[in-house]
Amino acid sequence: MLGKLKMFWRMVRRLSGDDAYERYLQHHAAHHQADTPLGKEVFFKQWQDEKWNGIKRCC
Amino acid sequence: MNKLLKNAIWILIAALGAAAVGGIALNRGESINTLWFITAALCVYAIAYRFYAVWIAATVLAVDETRATPAERLDNGRDFVPTNKWIVFGHHFAAIAGPGPLVGPTLAAQFGYLPGTLWILFGAVLGGCVQDMVTLFLSTRRDAKSLGQMARDELGALGGTAALIGTFAIMIILIAVLGLVVVNAMKHSPWATATVSATIPIAMIVGLYMRSFRPGQVLEASALGVALLLLSVVGGGWIDRNETLRVWFDHEGLTLAWAVMAYGFAAAILPVWLLLAPRDYLSTYVKLGTITLLAVAIVMLQPTVKMPALTQFIDGTGPIFGGKLFPFVFITIACGAISGFHALIASGTTPKLLSNERDIRMIGYGGMLLESFVAIMAMMAATVLDPGVFFAINSPAGVVGKEAVDAVAKISSWGFPVTVEQMQLLANQMGEATLFARTGGAPSLAVGMASIFGSAFGESMLALWYHFAIMFEAIFILTTLDAGTRVGRFMLQDMLGNIWPKMAETSWTPSVIFTSALVVASWGYFLYIGVIDPNGGVNILWPLFGIANQMLAAIALCVATGILVKSGKLKYAWVTGLPLMWLVTITSTAAWEKIASDNIRIGFFSAANDLADKLAVGALPPEKAAIAPKLIFNLHLDGWLTLFFVTLLWLIVFDMLRVCSRYLAGKPVLPLAESPHSPSRLVEDWVRD
Repeated sequence: MLGKLKMFWRMVRRLSGDDAYERYLQHHAAHHQADTPLGKEVFFKQWQDEKWNGIKRCC
Repeated sequence: MNKLLKNAIWILIAALGAAAVGGIALNRGESINTLWFITAALCVYAIAYRFYAVWIAATVLAVDETRATPAERLDNGRDFVPTNKWIVFGHHFAAIAGPGPLVGPTLAAQFGYLPGTLWILFGAVLGGCVQDMVTLFLSTRRDAKSLGQMARDELGALGGTAALIGTFAIMIILIAVLGLVVVNAMKHSPWATATVSATIPIAMIVGLYMRSFRPGQVLEASALGVALLLLSVVGGGWIDRNETLRVWFDHEGLTLAWAVMAYGFAAAILPVWLLLAPRDYLSTYVKLGTITLLAVAIVMLQPTVKMPALTQFIDGTGPIFGGKLFPFVFITIACGAISGFHALIASGTTPKLLSNERDIRMIGYGGMLLESFVAIMAMMAATVLDPGVFFAINSPAGVVGKEAVDAVAKISSWGFPVTVEQMQLLANQMGEATLFARTGGAPSLAVGMASIFGSAFGESMLALWYHFAIMFEAIFILTTLDAGTRVGRFMLQDMLGNIWPKMAETSWTPSVIFTSALVVASWGYFLYIGVIDPNGGVNILWPLFGIANQMLAAIALCVATGILVKSGKLKYAWVTGLPLMWLVTITSTAAWEKIASDNIRIGFFSAANDLADKLAVGALPPEKAAIAPKLIFNLHLDGWLTLFFVTLLWLIVFDMLRVCSRYLAGKPVLPLAESPHSPSRLVEDWVRD
């Protein structure tokens, strides 16, 4: 039961983008170890601007 | 044994589904329980998903689970990210589900519950779901390219340009008609106006919270926002009861229309993080929450449908919009059965997240099934109302008369009894001054939802439920309005950039202001037409929107059919070809009637001529004579626009047929733009965390 709740919570965080920075850090650690990752604030700004550039919602 | 049992279960589901659909179709009694609708829908969806969708995925498209998707090959940790299929499903559904499937079925309920329900069920499983799934597949095989790009690559410049123009046009009409729905819901309703206005500062607070106060804490900020939204519903009631404050929020339709335009302009030029992004979060939560709540309430309560299966209005004399059952039910319900707009989502964000081609069926086909179910619920919420009440709320004053006494007499004479007292009591319960002539679908849906929620979770809070439902619809209509204006602005900047490159710079202020103003002026004009129209505007704008949306779906199906033929799958081309033929038939018929019909409630030109004749002989009352020249011009404009849409549609169909016949005759055609096969390296467990 607790495991299921945890999984649900993970999904909510993933869907809402709450964990976007953590995922970015993971991706960064795996692929671009050479340079330093962006700070949370800067990353979030870029992420948000990218996310709403284009058709994202329908009728 | 196991296989035998499985077969037996599917045969049982098929029999149950057939019985439920038959029950709905053949029932001619007084009333029918909503449980029949839910059973019919779930069985039809299950059969279609298990058999038709599996067959399309395996045989027609030949999805290949060993093939790396764009998300894997182009993984950049940002927009291209291989993602768990449930997460992709969530994103995809949140993106495709808008206000369309709620409004269309409500309006189409004037024909009775049957035509709309059957079209929502079968249109979705044979048309809408197929379109979404095939487009998602094609885009996944082409590095997540957009529909317009695919049309250009596979059919040629004509197809690509048509897709671009079609998208822009549908955006303009869509925003105008949705704006009209909100305006009609807020007209002379201080409570609704106050609550809807409050959503703007709430979105800004949420935006500031997650940008500056606690950067990136999306869920915290959202929880705060949702709490404030609920508070605004209660607060609106408080303002409504306060004599000095309520006049601030009590406005005519035209004033509200100007306010909506000003808001749209502000939303298009303000940074996304301040208004658009937080509003989008809030509307997504409220939308998913309310839809779930509605489903739970309907299943718990199983209310009775009071609308007859068919009404006399199938002959084209309906009060909400003029036009016969065929083709107008198919134009009125676009989203929920088949929606061209979905092709833009299925060829946009979603393929960039897909980790395996095998999930295309669940996300493309399954996502649309769920949307179709939302439309079925909207149909139920509209038809559980007393038909007399339904028509009293939705019939414009121009059709039934301005005075309550005239309206109820007229509606009762149609065989749908309703009294002034009944409507007054209902309005009092809902916390409104009046519910007459609130055309547009939102108020009647809100009354339906409020009565369903009220009986399931407490009768005493009817007024709160009603305004919650209005807020729920308004918040995501305004989200579509924001996002649509912004997308329209980008598209316009892109197009103008071909003439003067500096215009294409998305951060150059003069260009931003100029293009935003142009987009707002375009939809604002149609919104203005709708508001001043004595017949409620929906009669004009909704069919235009339906035609535009179906035209976009036809473009997507043309691209899909063309690619199927070019891939040597001619024998399967009917999978997209038949829905395409149906769409071309209904869109062309509807467009023809809107252009050529002699009936002034259907034909744009005949309505214009009629008005001009009356104006010439001085048969119009002075206030109507004053706006008549404007109305005449508008009707002409609408007529030409319809002609333009249908011409565009036929151009694309011929272009697709040209490409197909050249291919079949062995002549050279544009090559398939599919990206080469590269094997997937993703470890199963890693993606499916």
